[in-house]
Amino acid sequence: MTDYKMHLLLCGGTGCKASESDEIKKELNRVLENHKLQDEVQVVSTGCFGFCEKGPIIKVLPDNTFYVQVTPHDAVEIVEEHVVKGRPVQHLLYTDPKTAKHIPDSKGMDFYKKQIRIALKNCGFINPENIDEYIARDGYQALGKCLTEMTQDEVIKEVKDSGLRGRGGGGFPTGLKWEITKNVENEQKYVVCNADEGDPGAFMDRSILEGDPHAVLEAMAICGYCIGADTGLIYIRAEYPLAIQRLKVAIKQAEDYGLIGDDIMGTGFNFRIELRYGAGAFVCGEETALIHSMEGLRGEPTFKPPFPSVSGYMGKPTNVNNVETFANIPVIINKGAAWFSSIGSEKSKGTKVFALAGKINNVGLIEVPMGTTLREVIYDIGGGIKNGKKFKAVQTGGPSGGCLTKEHLDIPIDYDNLIAAGSMMGSGGMIVMDEDDCMVSIAKFYLDFTLEESCGKCTPCRVGNKRLYEILDKITRGKGEVEDIEKLKELSGVIKDTALCGLGQTSPNPVLSTINNFEKEYLAHVLDEKCPAGQCKSLVRYDILEDACTGCTLCFRNCPVGAISGERRQPHYIDHNLCIKCGVCFEKCKFNAITIS
Amino acid sequence: MPKIKLAENTVELIKAVCAEFENKESELINVLHGVQQKLGYLPAEVQEVIARELNMSVAKVYGVVTFYSFFTMIPQGEFPISICMGTACYVRGAEQVLNEFKRQLKVEVGESTEDGKFSINCLRCVGACGLAPVVTVGEKVYGRVSPSEVKKIIAEYREGCADDAKTA
Repeated sequence: MTDYKMHLLLCGGTGCKASESDEIKKELNRVLENHKLQDEVQVVSTGCFGFCEKGPIIKVLPDNTFYVQVTPHDAVEIVEEHVVKGRPVQHLLYTDPKTAKHIPDSKGMDFYKKQIRIALKNCGFINPENIDEYIARDGYQALGKCLTEMTQDEVIKEVKDSGLRGRGGGGFPTGLKWEITKNVENEQKYVVCNADEGDPGAFMDRSILEGDPHAVLEAMAICGYCIGADTGLIYIRAEYPLAIQRLKVAIKQAEDYGLIGDDIMGTGFNFRIELRYGAGAFVCGEETALIHSMEGLRGEPTFKPPFPSVSGYMGKPTNVNNVETFANIPVIINKGAAWFSSIGSEKSKGTKVFALAGKINNVGLIEVPMGTTLREVIYDIGGGIKNGKKFKAVQTGGPSGGCLTKEHLDIPIDYDNLIAAGSMMGSGGMIVMDEDDCMVSIAKFYLDFTLEESCGKCTPCRVGNKRLYEILDKITRGKGEVEDIEKLKELSGVIKDTALCGLGQTSPNPVLSTINNFEKEYLAHVLDEKCPAGQCKSLVRYDILEDACTGCTLCFRNCPVGAISGERRQPHYIDHNLCIKCGVCFEKCKFNAITIS
Repeated sequence: MPKIKLAENTVELIKAVCAEFENKESELINVLHGVQQKLGYLPAEVQEVIARELNMSVAKVYGVVTFYSFFTMIPQGEFPISICMGTACYVRGAEQVLNEFKRQLKVEVGESTEDGKFSINCLRCVGACGLAPVVTVGEKVYGRVSPSEVKKIIAEYREGCADDAKTA
């Protein structure tokens, strides 16, 4: 990175690529060449900046200017104004919604102010396909330190002292897991990285792999050294083509540099890393199921014990950690356990990456210290609820988690507090819901997911969840009875107690947490046959307010089934026999003349 | 063993993929990925060839194919449409978008239109949650899709002006 006078860091994560970031790169390079600046200014595709809401993003170094929602057409202006004349392009700067002022530097943005980046430290900063940039940011220094200066036990002690707990959801202490695997006697052991991020609405692990693949490789090698393994396997979803490609590049580069492979750094330590592909099964995030899947079998979980640390892949001791957990390791070794454990809450140390999504202004990837409150995350970082609507709930922990309400907004986020509040940390999905979301439908949505993903091995999960779903479906169609709510609770309890694996045991959580926190809404469906949020199709009715309708004919022209009639400049009407309740009229009306009741 | 009706070169192609993974039973998932990438889907006859090559029962191969949502036994449309039903997209109205696609194309999820042009599938999170709700057609990603835009998206492909979205 030495020869260039200026760098244009362009987000090359999946989200921004979907918004033409590749095209922007081409355009920038074309315009730079026209100005003969290609040897002075470098365009770098980086990993995710996190601020996905306003993507694609470009950060200009050295002046730190932060451009949002860039399009290929803006390339000319960025080069001619900013690069050539040194004048930032004002209309591409982020506008603070509170002050309506442009903020040139990302450091001044509320979105970044409360974040501390450890696992994401290189994401959006380096070119993930260039190992030299990783090395320039202290990359592979931790591995070198472990191999040459520390014994296995010293490294494990450091990880234990740091207080790092598994970021995949369970929160098991990482150092302890390593120690257990190390203490099992066997000539062949394995390190497995769980990159089967199946939680819908979560993209933390993918962003780390896309933005900083070497951090994961380095950590796996460190783990291999500690537990005495010479092989690492990354189990990654086939649905993540970009992450797979970047991992392949990273593995090749690390091998070429002698940082992975035989006799690493001349220490006699051998460690190779291979990829294994998932094929779309949520349950494969469970350790034992993941291991069966890597063996080419159906990804069905098996009873623990034996734990993978004793008998895992091919019957050998196997240490399974998640991507984000690994991404923390090199920093812990470099900066020390004391530094790491000074961040966070009493029982949960360090930071946690969350994928913030749903009805929130700033959708994106954030990393905050453990102990940050939900309110800070949603209002300070997330910028509050979209379109000025009211906050209703936040869902954490994915299909295994629960919905928290405004009463929970001030609890500090950590593993134990979230469980106490009836949800869980999970892998870090955080979905915000507003007053328009029906909580019964949300519970049904998660059950639908669990049904599809249940492996079918144990009856409570296979049959029990199906029955839960049917009752919920009945309620959303206005056919429920009061006893159904009791039935849901009872059946949920049975499933929790008797299902075989973590997926099954936690699958009723979305149902239970919505009943506990939003019982009134369930009762409204059952007793009044009404959906207060106006989501449940069978229970809603669209009408046009005569007084508000201007007769603009927009709804008439957009109605897909011709259910709307009326003369120009006269109020229109909906024929309820024809209406399919698709909501297009509601979405299109510019005068708020359509009501949902 | 039932008689296999596949074309000779298809059988050779499957055998080549199996050989790439040394005909090992433990490589079954990688083999299935490889074959599906080349053929587009994994019908019963194809599974029989794989079972024979890897020296395992057809039932086991079938068990794995049907377990994972990534593998399909039905051919995909020329333009495979996937609607993201991840939570972020769901709360931003993905279900209405899906219903509109189903209505416009008159097919259910997992089916193809009669002319073989379109097929509809749901997927769980492509990770572009900032663009929710998200629809992909082939490799192309459409963000912030509303039900009223569905017709337009389909028309783009009906008229054949978006050739780049075709899958290999």
